[in-house]
Amino acid sequence: MKTLDQLKPGEYGVIKEFTQRDLALKLIEMGCLPGEKIKLTKIAPLGDPIAIEVSGYELSMRKQEASAVMLED
Amino acid sequence: MSSGNSQIKTISVALLGNPNSGKTTLFNTLTGLNQKTGNYPGVTVDKHVGFTKTKRADNEVKLQITDLPGTYSLFPKSLDEEVACKELIGFHSAPPDVAVVVTDASTLKRHLLLATQVIDLKIPVVLVLNMIDEAQKLGLKIDADEISRLLGVKVVMVNSRSGEGIDELKSKILEAKESTNTFIESARIETLKQDLKNYKDIVTAQFDADIDLKNKLNQFEEKDTFYRFKTINYIFARTVKSPLEGTRKLSFTIDKYVTHPVFGYLTLLFVLFSVFQFIFFLAEYPMDWIETFFSFLMQKTSDTLPQGEVSDLLVNGVLAGLSGVIIFVPQIALLFFFIGLLEDSGYMARVSFIMDKVFRRFGLNGKSVIPIVSGVACAVPSILGSRTISNMKERLITIFIIPLMSCSARLPVYTLLISLLIPDDAVLGILNLKGLTLFGLYVLGFAATMLTALAMKYIVKSKEKSYFVMELPVYRLPQWKSIGIIVVNKVKVFLWEAGKIILAVSVILWFLSSHGPSDTFGKVEENFAQQMTNVDGEEAKKDLIKKMESQKLEASYAGILGKKIEPVIKPLGFDWKIGIALITSFAAREVFVGTMATIYSANDSENISSVREKLISEKNADTGKPVYNTAVCLSLLVFYAFAMQCMSTLAVVYRETQSWKWMTSQLVYMSGLAYFASLVVYHIF
Repeated sequence: MKTLDQLKPGEYGVIKEFTQRDLALKLIEMGCLPGEKIKLTKIAPLGDPIAIEVSGYELSMRKQEASAVMLED
Repeated sequence: MSSGNSQIKTISVALLGNPNSGKTTLFNTLTGLNQKTGNYPGVTVDKHVGFTKTKRADNEVKLQITDLPGTYSLFPKSLDEEVACKELIGFHSAPPDVAVVVTDASTLKRHLLLATQVIDLKIPVVLVLNMIDEAQKLGLKIDADEISRLLGVKVVMVNSRSGEGIDELKSKILEAKESTNTFIESARIETLKQDLKNYKDIVTAQFDADIDLKNKLNQFEEKDTFYRFKTINYIFARTVKSPLEGTRKLSFTIDKYVTHPVFGYLTLLFVLFSVFQFIFFLAEYPMDWIETFFSFLMQKTSDTLPQGEVSDLLVNGVLAGLSGVIIFVPQIALLFFFIGLLEDSGYMARVSFIMDKVFRRFGLNGKSVIPIVSGVACAVPSILGSRTISNMKERLITIFIIPLMSCSARLPVYTLLISLLIPDDAVLGILNLKGLTLFGLYVLGFAATMLTALAMKYIVKSKEKSYFVMELPVYRLPQWKSIGIIVVNKVKVFLWEAGKIILAVSVILWFLSSHGPSDTFGKVEENFAQQMTNVDGEEAKKDLIKKMESQKLEASYAGILGKKIEPVIKPLGFDWKIGIALITSFAAREVFVGTMATIYSANDSENISSVREKLISEKNADTGKPVYNTAVCLSLLVFYAFAMQCMSTLAVVYRETQSWKWMTSQLVYMSGLAYFASLVVYHIF
């Protein structure tokens, strides 16, 4: 199963579900909903964190958090 | 105006919105300089309240507007958000009459979550589509009337940069009514199996929920947010038409450089370095004027008033103290200006982004960057700013280390000591050597900050997971007027808060240094009065007076106090005069300069010159060499860089951590560090 942290810059994905409850609550209120199309926009110079485009804005999160976001195949 | 005076009414308005919605800029545009800063009950978050007026029919209505901390939802994930939420539901005091929900029109969808939640609280709401100019530039077409109909609230399009829509917003606030629409699934409430009747009950219940209820509320929140976004997607699809792709090109292009592995860090270094060069360079002129002005004023006062206690108190107590406060203003204003600039433009978020991985190694969080960097302005608001860090361990470490950053109160101390250390015209190529030394001190403070964090990482234990989820806002041109208002307000708060301490300390010091126990202090005067009659010639008399003044200071209460601690600070190269300044600096470090001014001008009202000149000419009584040589200056600089000398910071740390342990260990640690670092520096040089 693919997770958000595996995307490369410029690649798209669709959020399927979350594997961490607390994080899910935070991400959902930031507009990261299951079914939402996202794009990985950039990775920080040291390889972490990453930034994604979601509901029209840019959101950054650590790779560890991104690994809790499952994507549609 | 006068006809309806009896009708004047005050409406309380809460201004809320997501971070980066332009809320504070709107607040500044609405209320201008008509603001005051207070506290929320129980916590130390600054409460910004502003006032403005509007008219209903012919009656004047006063709007009392509170700028709430930015929040993403009514289920708070950080302390900051909790404050906003509690204020809105009237947890401590009456809820606001009207809630104005500010949204960024160009990223509307996410912002509507909070809007629907606030509407469900059943308070009158006005929805602001802010930064409407930006949305238009992106090619978005927004049907505000339809949004208004679907949400059941008044909607206003605002461009807080140009002031467009502000008057309309004021009149819509007066017309605001509770929406008849609800966005909560009514069946959902029953799943909680609690005696909670409506949305407001649920939001309120989370603040004293047991574990069982907390779990249920978490499930509720997740399902409820899904449901809301379903509705929001429907509303959004019907009201906002956006071009397909290619938005925010400029921000992405800038980010290519700003988050580049090489250019990114170079840019950061360059930005910070330039800020310090600018502060030193630009502040120099107004500071000179202020110094000249006060010298003139003190000279005039002492010339005009008859010699005696009153004149002495005015010149060497009050005026010396006042000049010590006002001399800060240019540097503080510049510092807050630059910080405002970096935050408003969106650059600070990039700094967090590229620094998170580095900071994580030190037990911190990318979000620690902003509080730590703003630590160069003042530790107090920075410690409050650490509330955005949701992980307790990272937050505690951030709070612990912030006061090691060189705050603006150290700036005058640094400035004075550097001017003793380095000649005026010293340059290294195009660089001002003084600016370079100052930069070095900031680097020193930063190094101590980070190394302490690293040590703390292994000391503080925590099971809580750390996370870093943060918006990267688009780059925006800074809003000069809004930054200006922030700067003026900060300076006002500084002049009042720090000013009253400095002034009080100055007057007390003046008393302590010009009075003493009558047996010894009086004897000095008697002694010299006798000698005076035996001496001839102007020069000899002047010499004798000088001798008397210095002996009087030694015999004064301040002298006695300084002598008491002299044995402790002698290894650092400090004498009892510096000892007095160290003691008073424990109230607030900026008192140092004022104290020096008072000590060196006490009993010396004939010769008024700047503190700097006095320090330069100060000679060691035993050796005849200047007291303020390189080793002493460096030792003092290092001492001030590390020592915890700020009562306000300690008070805030106590309130934020709710623990004496944290506050005391911070005090002990920083003072110890300062002592040993000074000891080492003094013996090397």
